[in-house]
Amino acid sequence: MFLHRHPRLIPYLLLLPGILFLVVFFLVPMYYLGFTSLQSGDLFAGYQFTWAWDNYRDAFTLYQSHFVRSLKYAGLATLIAFLISYPLAYWIAFRGGRWKNLLLLLVIAPFFVTYLIRTLAWKTILADQGIVVDALRTLHLVGEDGRLLATTTAVVAGITYNYLPFMALPLYVSLEQIDTRLIEAAEDLYASSVRAFLRVTLPLSLPGIFAGTLLTFIPAIGDFINAELLGTPRQLMIGNVIQSQFKEVADYPQAAALSFVLMAGILVLVLLYARAVGSERATRSAA
Amino acid sequence: MAVEERDAAAARDGAAAAPDIRLENVTKRFDDVTAVDDLSLTIDQGRFFALLGPSGCGKTTTLRMIGGFEEPTSGTILLGDRDVTGLPPYRRDVNTVFQSYALFPHLSIYENVAFGLRRKGVKGDDLKRRVGEALELVDLGDLGRRKPRQLSGGQQQRIALARALVNRPKVLLLDEPLGALDLKLRKQMQLELKGIQNEVGITFVHVTHDQEEAMTMADTIAVMNAGKIEQLGSPADLYERPETAFVAGFLGASNLLPGRLNGEGIVGLDGGGDVRVPASALAGRSGRIAVGIRPEKLRLAAGGAQADGENVLEGVVAERSYIGVSTQYVVETSAGPVTVYAQNAEPGAGQAASPGERVSLAWSPEATFVVDQHEEGTR
Repeated sequence: MFLHRHPRLIPYLLLLPGILFLVVFFLVPMYYLGFTSLQSGDLFAGYQFTWAWDNYRDAFTLYQSHFVRSLKYAGLATLIAFLISYPLAYWIAFRGGRWKNLLLLLVIAPFFVTYLIRTLAWKTILADQGIVVDALRTLHLVGEDGRLLATTTAVVAGITYNYLPFMALPLYVSLEQIDTRLIEAAEDLYASSVRAFLRVTLPLSLPGIFAGTLLTFIPAIGDFINAELLGTPRQLMIGNVIQSQFKEVADYPQAAALSFVLMAGILVLVLLYARAVGSERATRSAA
Repeated sequence: MAVEERDAAAARDGAAAAPDIRLENVTKRFDDVTAVDDLSLTIDQGRFFALLGPSGCGKTTTLRMIGGFEEPTSGTILLGDRDVTGLPPYRRDVNTVFQSYALFPHLSIYENVAFGLRRKGVKGDDLKRRVGEALELVDLGDLGRRKPRQLSGGQQQRIALARALVNRPKVLLLDEPLGALDLKLRKQMQLELKGIQNEVGITFVHVTHDQEEAMTMADTIAVMNAGKIEQLGSPADLYERPETAFVAGFLGASNLLPGRLNGEGIVGLDGGGDVRVPASALAGRSGRIAVGIRPEKLRLAAGGAQADGENVLEGVVAERSYIGVSTQYVVETSAGPVTVYAQNAEPGAGQAASPGERVSLAWSPEATFVVDQHEEGTR
């Protein structure tokens, strides 16, 4: 009865469960994270809220190199994942035919195994006595005492591998939606295959590129498993620092401040990226 | 506009009735299916040519082979004197108006129209002028800045046309261009398309399954069935003198009465009685044939009144339905049920005969055509 008289309230009521969920599981934790990041003290004496901005100063001064490294690794992994995924997604979308679904299943097949196990498997693959290193040594691409495990290459490769499906799937979706008659129309209007790709297919897949790079880059920059299992302390990323500050050093305020800086940094980067790509244009052309 | 007209005039004068498109023994097979079967066809410069047929008859495949989107399995395709078999679409002097238009959603209307010109290296003022002219040609000069999705279906259709015509191709291919429009708009666009073709003088090849659309616009129609051309001719030719039961059934309604040859210009109906037909319609025919009469060419008369030399068939009115411009009768005759459309030209004309009444159907021998008898196409 009440809703009959106030039909305008219905959309808000429908939103209510979602809003409640976000309040309980996002806003409240964010508040505590912010609150914690401004505390000082230690595990034994307890932590007090003291507006301890030092935590943020330390985040920038002491851990700057980790931030920069995370940015580099995540950026590199995103780029490589893109270069691998685009041709893959293109091929499945336009040439996959009746194998499309099977091929997509293969792309996400690694997800059937837990993240940790997959990364541990890479440890075996890249091991000093493993076949990959053996092969590379035989080809003299790696020196006699050269190794893959515990190098930057291994960490970036691990991140690339683990997040590749997040890149490939949005690319596939946006490419699959392209009406092939548009490509025919471009060729009809004197565009060679390469030109038709650059002028029609690529711009129309922009929403997928945008979504794919973000879905890869954002989790990759906070990743710590790959650096931990496939790298050395010299490859530690900001995720590793946060994890150890929280679990090992038990400096909760510092961990919280680092998390906040990371989040803010990602937000700024995403906004700049959206500006550059023109997410409005990107999402519109998908419609 | 002026330039377009001059080009068109030059094209018409320079190459009067020269063949623009030639298909020689073209066959296209997809796996086991033969879509186009040993098809030969010549289309003259400046024609509005329609490929008409039901879905799956091979008309679209034929068009796509001319455009370069499909390779023929065998045979040769010539544009003018140039063998273009095997050339990609972008190296053929042909443009296409696609079904559902295929406008580039990420580009403005201006850029859509400019697409082909830019690829050909047209720049600056020349580009601007030609795009402007093309948009004027389709009466949408002020929409250049919009995006395709901001346009109505009819407007998108015109932009697709402008985008193709702006390149001044030798041949314009139209793949069911009006299929997505509602009836009223379709009628209007049919006349506009015809007008534009007159204006630019480019050869149009138009694929459609709509016989009325083909007859309204085209000056030559090829009726296709099962990968082959059943009959080729002017709309009047095809309607008045269909050569096969398929053509008779596909273009309008017709009554087909089975019979066999019974002398010079005479067909004996299976149900009894002779029908006179033009001698030319019987040339080369033998065995089982059928006599065809269009329903509107039959005259309904009570009793036995008829002029000399007319064919007559007696029957009983089985059904009568009033449709407004005409009244439709089904008359049971010795040759089977016959449909008659009687024009409601005078007041009370719709009541000329009632169900159950005995009537005679009269028609002129000249209005009679003959086809080989098949089971299909007798609607």
